Amino acid sequence: MTSLVKDTEPEGRPEIRAVPVRHYGRWVAAALILYVAVWAVYSVAHNERFGWDVMGRYFTADAVLSGIGTTLGLTAIAMVMGVVGGVLLAVMRLSPNPLISGTSWLYIWAFRGTPVLVQILLWGFISALIPRFSIGIPFGPTFADFSANSVITPFVAGCLGLGLNEAAYMAEIVRAGILSVDPGQDEAACALGMSRTKSMRRIVLPQAMRVIIPPTGNETISMLKTSSLVSVIAVADLLYSVQIIYGRTYQTIPLLLLASAWYLVMTSVLTVGQFYLERYFGRGAARRQTMLERLWANLRTARPAGKGTR
Amino acid sequence: MTDAETPEFMVRAENVHKRFGRTEVLRGVDLAVRPGEVMCVIGPSGSGKSTFLRCVNHLEKIDGGRLWVNGRLVGYRERGGRLYELREKDVARQRREIGMVFQRFNLFPHMTALQNVMEAPVQVKGRGRAEAREQARALLERVGLGDKTGSYPAQLSGGQQQRVAIARALAMEPALMLFDEPTSALDPELVGDVLEVMKRLALDGMTMIVVTHEMGFAREVGDSLVFMDDGAVVEEGNPREVLANPSHPRTQDFLSRVL
Repeated sequence: MTSLVKDTEPEGRPEIRAVPVRHYGRWVAAALILYVAVWAVYSVAHNERFGWDVMGRYFTADAVLSGIGTTLGLTAIAMVMGVVGGVLLAVMRLSPNPLISGTSWLYIWAFRGTPVLVQILLWGFISALIPRFSIGIPFGPTFADFSANSVITPFVAGCLGLGLNEAAYMAEIVRAGILSVDPGQDEAACALGMSRTKSMRRIVLPQAMRVIIPPTGNETISMLKTSSLVSVIAVADLLYSVQIIYGRTYQTIPLLLLASAWYLVMTSVLTVGQFYLERYFGRGAARRQTMLERLWANLRTARPAGKGTR
Repeated sequence: MTDAETPEFMVRAENVHKRFGRTEVLRGVDLAVRPGEVMCVIGPSGSGKSTFLRCVNHLEKIDGGRLWVNGRLVGYRERGGRLYELREKDVARQRREIGMVFQRFNLFPHMTALQNVMEAPVQVKGRGRAEAREQARALLERVGLGDKTGSYPAQLSGGQQQRVAIARALAMEPALMLFDEPTSALDPELVGDVLEVMKRLALDGMTMIVVTHEMGFAREVGDSLVFMDDGAVVEEGNPREVLANPSHPRTQDFLSRVL
């Protein structure tokens, strides 16, 4: 220690020159992985049954593109329903009124406790349960009357099934976010004369967002894929569209791969969006980076030599 | 004294009781603070001094006794000899005239210093943004942070954060300021700046109740000093006299350990 201190005084920081630890195991692993990768690429490229030309031909087919539109629409609507419903349910769940919090608990219990596929099917066959809807006062006059099939189209049923189910999951995510905010924040807001509602909207929820956004991003990505379940009630989403095509051409594998490729593209875009959303709600808390900066920083710290330079 | 124009006391507590479950935290506190007065409250931890402060702006509900701020009962309305609990909206209205500064600052971390100070005037008083911004700037200037308006709390030192918190409370133009151990979470070298701001506030005539361990501040700035122990006021009087010649053995014991 003493010699180090003495060295630093006249000619600045002394550099340590040492031979770094050699990681021979990594070279062996790298060679093995490369070997397997080359083999995989080779066999995929030379297997006729992958049908790469078929994939190329249908990649931007009208039916596929409109299926993508439906998938995105379903995901967006279901997530909006999920987030709005989730916030509502979470705030209800934390209400001091036992009736309100109980109602929220019951909703979450029912919608989280049954398979979403079953819920979608139930909404799809709702007309068997309730053939007609009417708007009016219960036990009183009726103002309007619809048949269930004209209101709850398969698309609407899909949205309801996915969105109402998602609300139950989002409620728990939002609740965890709200509970993660220091109670002192709400107290400070109250002490300034804010109402409970205003404190929730202006102070607590924006901070809860930091905790809510990452799992919500996961939920959105998951929803994009879960939305393919609506193919069971004949909603022409991405999966159902390719199913129709391969039902006709029997090119099952290439078209399923095509759908997978499109799902990957969409989830990748969402990942980027999630990063910037997290950055926005992390303001005041974390350093601002672009995605490439963070990628670069992660790569640097992942390198064993990088640790020494810190 | 229910709705007097200029009440004799800014804060008056009569036999205030508070329980948390089975533990009695306040066992009959009687206190009075006149307008413009600075009252410092000292005492060992767990003596109920912070709880009392939180009762004054109804962050805690009292279980017994009466508490008035600015001539009005806190949290209740008395009509025909009966007490009625106030609605949330009315409690919020009462709190507008009481500023509070917390030990842990409790600044809003997602807002800049300026936004922190502007928030309540805009959201609660419905003041215009431009006007509120000007006022917030002036207040930050007053606590010596005119150059930090755009900083987020995480970018400020503890002392700076606490001064922003004071500015934030002042933005509501309160008649009374409550300080709950405002310097206890600060590094020693940052305490001075905060106390200086509080001292100037006192000189400007603000009515203040300060729960503190800063005996120097109590001696120099306080008009009265209250020693609390075990949920009750043990001794009360002129700060210089109490600190120099405590009359009660428990006060003597406490002061011998902190001074």
